[in-house]
Amino acid sequence: MTISQTLNTTIRKIPAWPIYWIVAAWTGWMFYLAATGKGGGPEPINWLEREYGALALKLLIAGLLITPLRTWTGINLIKFRRAIGVTTFFLILAHFLVWAVLDVQTFERVWMEVVKRKYVTVGMVAFVLMVPLAITSNNWSIRKMGPLVWRKLHKLTYPIVVLAGIHYLWLVKGFQIEPIIYMAVIVGLLAVRFTWHSKKTA
Amino acid sequence: MAYRWTNDLTAADVTPKSMVMNRRQIMAGAAGLGAIGFSATKAAAQETLEPNSLEDITTYNNYYEFGTGKSDPAENAHKLVTSPWSIKVDGLVDNPGEYSVADLTDGLETEERIYRFRCVEAWSMVVPWNGVELADVLKKAGVQANGKYVAFETVVQEENMIGVQRRVLDFPYVEGLRMDEAMHPLTLLATGIYGEPLANQSGAPIRVVVPWKYGFKSIKSIVRITVTDQEPPTSWNKANAREYGFYSNVNPEVDHPRWSQATHREIGGGLFAKRKPTLMFNGYESDVASLYEGMDLTVDI
Repeated sequence: MTISQTLNTTIRKIPAWPIYWIVAAWTGWMFYLAATGKGGGPEPINWLEREYGALALKLLIAGLLITPLRTWTGINLIKFRRAIGVTTFFLILAHFLVWAVLDVQTFERVWMEVVKRKYVTVGMVAFVLMVPLAITSNNWSIRKMGPLVWRKLHKLTYPIVVLAGIHYLWLVKGFQIEPIIYMAVIVGLLAVRFTWHSKKTA
Repeated sequence: MAYRWTNDLTAADVTPKSMVMNRRQIMAGAAGLGAIGFSATKAAAQETLEPNSLEDITTYNNYYEFGTGKSDPAENAHKLVTSPWSIKVDGLVDNPGEYSVADLTDGLETEERIYRFRCVEAWSMVVPWNGVELADVLKKAGVQANGKYVAFETVVQEENMIGVQRRVLDFPYVEGLRMDEAMHPLTLLATGIYGEPLANQSGAPIRVVVPWKYGFKSIKSIVRITVTDQEPPTSWNKANAREYGFYSNVNPEVDHPRWSQATHREIGGGLFAKRKPTLMFNGYESDVASLYEGMDLTVDI
């Protein structure tokens, strides 16, 4: 047995459901720290907003890594992908709610920000695009839609991740390296897919 | 000449350092004080000028030389070497030269000024500064008749400054003021907060404070003061002229292209704090509006 096969045998024994609980517990814990002043420093709103957003972006990238990892190493983590995707959606929902309710605070201002600020607009578009993906993240939807249509719909992940990367890139001040690294990783992970795709169709 | 500008708060209103850790008590106390003998508006003004705790002031900073995160300066600024320190005064002055902080403030009375501090990122603090009026220092330097602007420069210690190593901005950080702004009695050269020397992350050993402008105009850790006859370049303007103008007066009616400036969050209010409306010139309109008479502040941002 190769190393990847051994690993895959172990992976098969690990359930996916703890991912939901771990991320939910983390989200709640961070909120607790921010609400009690035990974490986040003197300005917990922005801190919480950023913590949720940053982990969501990392999870989006983790979701994108699963297919290339299988192709390159044979390690198969696909059973975790739904849990990663769904928890990412809820994290982004939490990120949005902290921003809208605790930070911007009024509906009128939220709407103004979404319309007027480019980085908010792209973030909002990404969030809206995730809604149908979250709703259809169950076996019943796959059966109902048929795997081909379902898979096509879930290709929306690609523009979503790109928009999330742009969202981060556009919100920083000055020349900062982190959002550029994230964007490079995202573009790289999408580029490998499109090269495979063009090879397959060629 | 000290005491040309009078605080609407006295030293007695400054939160004692021993108390600063318990914000809720303080806020409750301030509300109680307000009820005794003040008009409603006066009491409200006092309450909004409750200084932040020294902990807030020294753990939530923008000092991009030490990193772009809000807690980075508190973590990294201990590397700043502030002794010895010399400030070069040059340009259109009668007494150019290299001066120590003590030289610059010699003969001047250090006073306390409790100012609102409004960051361009739409958050604010109240800081009890200790400092001298910049005007008095400039008078000692002897500004010549053709001096129209004052330029400032922050120290660069590349080996100690992670943000400089990463080229976050085009360092050294530079800022500037028009001569009438520099000479305004509100404009300080600060050397302390809460009666203690400035923390490194707060811009030790000496910095500018211009309370009616966005915080980035209040340049930290200065090593050079130059009087010129031309508008000097300023760092954020060089980085993004569309977003940051030379004047950068606090103005709720002119949005930053990426966020609204109409409201802001007060630091220290916790997770559920309400946003506060931003005041024209950060609440110093009656003091400084006359400096900009006839100017279109939507153009001269």
